Amino acid sequence: MSSTPEPHGLLLEKEFIAPKVTRYVIKAPEIARRRRPGQFVILRMREDGERIPLTIGDADAERGTITLVAQEVGKSTAEMAHLMRVGDRFADVLGPLGMPTHIEKYGRVLTVGGGIGVAPVHPIAQGLRQAGNEVVGILGARTKELIIMEPEMRRACDRVRIVTDDGSYGDKGFVTDAIKAEVAEHGKPDLVVAIGPLVMMRGVASLTKELGIRTLVSLNPVMVDGTGMCGGCRVTVGGKTRFVCVDGPEFDAHEVDFDELLRRQRFYVPQEKASYEAFQKEHGHPAHECRMVRMAEAAREPGEQ
Amino acid sequence: MSESKQAPQNPAIEFPERGEPALTPKQRMAIPRQPMPEQPAEVRSRNFLEVNQGLSAEAARMEALRCIQCKDPKCRQGCPVGINIPAFVKKVAEGDFAEGVRILKRDNALPAVCGRVCPQEGQCEKVCTLGKKGEPVAIGRIERFLADWEREHDREPIVAGPATGKKVAIVGAGPAGLTAAADLVRLGHEVHLFEALHRAGGVLVYGIPEFRLPKRIVHDEVRQLETAGVRLHTSVVVGQTVTMDELHERFDAIFVATGAGLPNFMDLPGENLNGVYSANEYLTRVNLMRAYDFPHADTPVARSRSVAVVGGGNVAMDAARTAKRLGAEHVYLVYRRTRAEMPARLEEVHHAEEEGIEFLFLHNPVRYEGDAQGRVNKAVLQKMALGEPDASGRRRPVATDETVELEVDTAVVAIGNGPNPLVPRTTPGLRTKRWGNILAEKGSGRTSLKAVWAGGDIVLGAATVILAMGAGRAAARSIDEYLRTGEWPEVTLEE
Repeated sequence: MSSTPEPHGLLLEKEFIAPKVTRYVIKAPEIARRRRPGQFVILRMREDGERIPLTIGDADAERGTITLVAQEVGKSTAEMAHLMRVGDRFADVLGPLGMPTHIEKYGRVLTVGGGIGVAPVHPIAQGLRQAGNEVVGILGARTKELIIMEPEMRRACDRVRIVTDDGSYGDKGFVTDAIKAEVAEHGKPDLVVAIGPLVMMRGVASLTKELGIRTLVSLNPVMVDGTGMCGGCRVTVGGKTRFVCVDGPEFDAHEVDFDELLRRQRFYVPQEKASYEAFQKEHGHPAHECRMVRMAEAAREPGEQ
Repeated sequence: MSESKQAPQNPAIEFPERGEPALTPKQRMAIPRQPMPEQPAEVRSRNFLEVNQGLSAEAARMEALRCIQCKDPKCRQGCPVGINIPAFVKKVAEGDFAEGVRILKRDNALPAVCGRVCPQEGQCEKVCTLGKKGEPVAIGRIERFLADWEREHDREPIVAGPATGKKVAIVGAGPAGLTAAADLVRLGHEVHLFEALHRAGGVLVYGIPEFRLPKRIVHDEVRQLETAGVRLHTSVVVGQTVTMDELHERFDAIFVATGAGLPNFMDLPGENLNGVYSANEYLTRVNLMRAYDFPHADTPVARSRSVAVVGGGNVAMDAARTAKRLGAEHVYLVYRRTRAEMPARLEEVHHAEEEGIEFLFLHNPVRYEGDAQGRVNKAVLQKMALGEPDASGRRRPVATDETVELEVDTAVVAIGNGPNPLVPRTTPGLRTKRWGNILAEKGSGRTSLKAVWAGGDIVLGAATVILAMGAGRAAARSIDEYLRTGEWPEVTLEE
């Protein structure tokens, strides 16, 4: 490390951990010190950049860093994955936002992560285990190479179950199948915490409602300021409108109107798609598919990467 | 109010270089109110450039000559912060703009802003003696002229006073926070300004559109503060990134000016359909995030053909006129009372009408309907009638049985804001009113917590820029006194 202190927002590590999935380690000492499981940040890469909300994966208070995992879904996340370099600085890193996960001793808890949802589930699993719970991790993805952070989850949980849609790794099936199997073998857990794509969370919510298991989900809707000011992130929970940024991001899964949220999530898709395609056209071959780029990235990073 | 757009027939008056031409009261009264030069409606409704172009120096002096310098100036009492209006107007008449600015800025830290956004017709100009028989002196236009003149000519920098060694944290860089920062740095205190968004200015940058208040004016004010030594910390959310307790350890005094940052909705069926926005979101996307320049700027906003904006205040006008500029064919302003009760500035209503905004008075939405993708395609409006006056003195709108349907693909809800919850809910001991506004002592802004002040919309509820500014100034005075004496007398808080 150089003698001048690393500024807030400095990108210290970047690693492609799965197709279209990137892990970022960013200097943000205040956030690293204060954040608790379940909270999120808002990033902006540069002037005129979008404000991108991302749930915090991990944090290292001593080093003053936070870890985020983001999937490339549009222009902003593509730009972040391919144009931001280690040593570059985010224009803004704002947080920690939202209410932290309520952690107490429940008994046995299933922590379910679908796709990149594993990243925000990880600190929750850690927190729950520290509070004396028996923590079971369920990791799901479409296919083997999209399963992320398995070693970390194995360390954080008492047991881990893995499922893939295509059966290429772990059991074949969805995370709901893994929950069913878990219930069949060990009985009903006291709590389920599920984070992943909306469709997955909706599936989990519908299953656990049927089974009568209390369930929390973490929502990541369209958002602008993240401080309650715009109301773009509103969601219907138990028939009432709530703001995810200040009332959430975690809610009782059985009360969330997922269909409404899915529609709201898709509102800007046509505009975003056009913007993403223009970006891809301008920047050509998606860099994550290129071995040379990956090797170059690895070489840039300090330490053992 | 519909003023003639033609150049006025001004009497021939010779302006000396310095000093006022000698005029009788009758001659003064014969000068017509000077109109504000503006972009033509058909041009400006397609761009985001400022509508009002500002008075020329000559027009400003001409306008200032209309003032008869009342012995008991009502205008000054009509101003929420008591600006010495006759004095600065006189200096303009004399052509001594630099002195005019000095007088103006004694009571108003942000005249370029207030000259543009203050509802003068309900304040200073409302009580102007000339207004009894004819048209009042255009005080707002003169104020704006002076502020712009200063920015372009002879900017007097904010100079930090001799260091006191005391540190003040200001939470929120909107009108109240910026004003307090300017005053406190002048008094020699070390001022740290914390802002949750990535840019300072609060409602002046996320809410009020460019065509009414160019961002460069706000940025210029902020730069002035920074040059004077105010430390600006953007993207810090007090209550989340740092707590008030931590600020207490690091600072001798804290001023909370977080604003009314929680939009109200009406709790109607269909209000969460796609294309239904809070005015805050709609305006933030366009102003702060520059969505009008999408995809060059990365944040999108709905492209609309037909827009309903609900509300009758300045924010509603801003949203409606923004929608028009984004290309909507029809923009309806849906207001449950009549024109007479609208809280918006007259000029904004007038401009909106000129730009083709269609007003639907005595209408109130009762539900929204949407298409298969969840996009709003219809607003169902209830027709209203006016009943007895309510607590605000305005006649209460009463629902009738009649409803009408409006085809819209976007709706913007502009019915006000509640207090932002982040500071109150993370600050034990800070007393609030029922809906979460912070309780602060009248005149000083002191709260239930020692060394903590609050002011602006977080205390007043959604009010005006000038009132927020006034609160910032009052708090600065009280903070300075506390920092010098260390005395914190018992606080009187009224629910």
